[in-house]
Amino acid sequence: MASAANQAPAKASLFYDPKVRGIFFQAILVLVIGFLFYEAITNAVSNLRAAGIASGFGFLTNPAGFDINQQLIPYSSSGSTYREAFVVGLLNTLLVAVIGIFFATILGFIVGIARLSTNWIVAKVSMVYVEIVRNLPLLLQLFFWYNAVLAPLPSPRQSINFGAGFYLNNRGLSLPKPILNDTAWLIPFAFLAGIVLTLLFRAWARRVQEATGRQYPVGLVGLGAILGLPIVIWLVLAAIGGTNPITFDIPEQQRFNLRGGMQVFPEFVALLLGLVTYTAGFIAEVVRAGILAVSRGQTEASYALGLKPSHTLRLVIVPQAMRVIIPPLTSQYLNLTKNSSLAVAIGYPDLVQVFMGTVLNQTGQAVEVVAITMAVYLTISLITSAIMNIYNRRVAIVER
Amino acid sequence: MNAATETLHFVRNEQVEAAPPPRLVRGPLAWMRENLFSSIPNALLTLATIYLLYVIVPPVLRFFILDAVWVGVDRDACRAETVGRPVGACWAFVADKINYFIYGSYPIPERWRVDVFFVLLAIGVAWMLWLNAPRRGLGAIYFFVVLPILSVLLLAGFKPLSLPPVQTSLWGGVLVTIVVSAVGIVFSLPFGVLLALGRRSKLPIVRLFSVVFIEFVRGVPLITVLFMANTMLPLFLSEGVTIDRLMRPLVGVALFASAYMAEVVRGGLQAMPKGQYEGAMALGLSYPRMMYFIILPQALRIVIPGIVNTFIGLFKDTTLVAIVGIFDLIRTIEASRVDPNWATPTTSLTGYAFAAVFYFLCCWGMSRYSLGVERRLAAGQKR
Repeated sequence: MASAANQAPAKASLFYDPKVRGIFFQAILVLVIGFLFYEAITNAVSNLRAAGIASGFGFLTNPAGFDINQQLIPYSSSGSTYREAFVVGLLNTLLVAVIGIFFATILGFIVGIARLSTNWIVAKVSMVYVEIVRNLPLLLQLFFWYNAVLAPLPSPRQSINFGAGFYLNNRGLSLPKPILNDTAWLIPFAFLAGIVLTLLFRAWARRVQEATGRQYPVGLVGLGAILGLPIVIWLVLAAIGGTNPITFDIPEQQRFNLRGGMQVFPEFVALLLGLVTYTAGFIAEVVRAGILAVSRGQTEASYALGLKPSHTLRLVIVPQAMRVIIPPLTSQYLNLTKNSSLAVAIGYPDLVQVFMGTVLNQTGQAVEVVAITMAVYLTISLITSAIMNIYNRRVAIVER
Repeated sequence: MNAATETLHFVRNEQVEAAPPPRLVRGPLAWMRENLFSSIPNALLTLATIYLLYVIVPPVLRFFILDAVWVGVDRDACRAETVGRPVGACWAFVADKINYFIYGSYPIPERWRVDVFFVLLAIGVAWMLWLNAPRRGLGAIYFFVVLPILSVLLLAGFKPLSLPPVQTSLWGGVLVTIVVSAVGIVFSLPFGVLLALGRRSKLPIVRLFSVVFIEFVRGVPLITVLFMANTMLPLFLSEGVTIDRLMRPLVGVALFASAYMAEVVRGGLQAMPKGQYEGAMALGLSYPRMMYFIILPQALRIVIPGIVNTFIGLFKDTTLVAIVGIFDLIRTIEASRVDPNWATPTTSLTGYAFAAVFYFLCCWGMSRYSLGVERRLAAGQKR
């Protein structure tokens, strides 16, 4: 007996073995969740059967039979299917998200930098803007833009004329519509060529600078190539072809209405205004935090090395601030995309409004519709965060 | 030689011109020169901003205060044609509807119950937010256990205390906004802590479930979660079981908030130095005891600002329940602003302005609090 006790420390009973406990807890978790899922699925199946609702994704090929007022692809209530309605909604979501991200970034950076300005009044005004925008619900801001700003605008008869063919009235914004002629494809081509040229020139200039120390005005050359090349092509095409490659259909003020041009619906304008001003407030804070995160010593050291203030900003501060700014900035972009689903409140036909609203009501196939819609948003955010992780790994400080 | 030495000497024989006084470094003029007109572009910027303020601020003030109508019984009080002057905000509309905005359609003789609920909630919130309050442990039990039960009994009705039942479809306005956000915070904190612990757990299946749940919920918009709760929850329950119209978005909001709270708590857990875990283990504490006594109290303390920020987001997001047909503050305003009794050109804007003031005061107050806590926590770290 005594010798047995001396041989090895008594083995703890199975009950206290952390490994066994771990397996036990996980088994319980699996059972509970499995049970919940089983219950939910069997109930859903019997409920759906009782309500006589079909299941499966076959409904996507059925005719939709409803109208969507803004469509980027050909769509009609008579001939189009639910799948096409889905694509129309998805494109509308992406459209407002991309345009919104573009303007929110510009406004956000301006406001964020203005908050750090040494100019007292500019800093205070930007602070007030950020505080107001961030502390009010987005839905309230959307209602404000849609019902309180855009709805009371004058009727098309008395449209506000901004000149150059831009009119604003309670049916939205009318603007010149570009009409592309046969040769117009050369212009975006020239634009791309300009970008490629700029990149090549930059690589060459960098090599020359590393070898000889001579510097070339990369920025100016790039600007000239990217903007100048399309303009030159345009002029050449207009001169030799006789017709302008891009002409504009300018809306005309008629007696009761505006004719021609391109119509941007007030729902889109309100959603865009709301998303841009709201997200810009958050981006401004991200930018401010990023710039403040670069310690003052970096600036001083850069001056001590003899760099000009402009070079200090471009070569020392911005690269370091961007490392701090980019991850939260991306999550703001994602937020903007997700927030565009609030379109449903003011009737902009985005994915949620078209698919989770109209299609779900018509078909009653809640499970499939909800699953598809969520999968779209989930895919967007997972792709974004995957790219973000790669970026983070690239720019992370290499610690020794 | 003599001449040379003479030229080396210099004796001033007239008074030197007095140096100009130094530039002012104090006083309003110097302040303005430094902060507003330090350079020409800066001066232009200042002038442009002042012009912008001149364009925006006076009309806004005139609209909301000087030209506003404060008393009245119906739309005639707020129409320029009947009043005979330009009319700004129609505060009479808000004054007339204020009870609807606060209580919704809650039966008038029972509204004292809502007031009691507000007071009970205020006590709980103050107890939790005041970091030096006595018996904060008791406060937590009150806030997370006693208060929810009391509120349900009080608001929904409880026969033995002769509180007649009140349908949730009658609740509305600020009451619903507060109920939704309170449910969000009361459920999201414990669930968020559990999810955060699960995500950092060594058990692979627990971790997998937590990660999938958190990433899924954070990857989709709240409005889709609300739609899901609205349309799919009834499907998942067995036949005959119905779920209250207000209950569905509450489930959605609670799930949604938990995922965001979990990430905040995880930040706190990760910020704990490893020594704290090792110290606790060296003392022989089991996992639950280690978490409960050592790690969570410290981790939760450092993420108070994050929790408050999440809560601000949640509070703003509660407005989304309006989209799925719940009468929160926004929805009551939407319903009232089209009331023909008050149909004037400025009614909508007045209603929105009222909601804006309400939300701004709540959110701004919370963010000030969170800043204060942050400063206080930072003060402890300073040496």
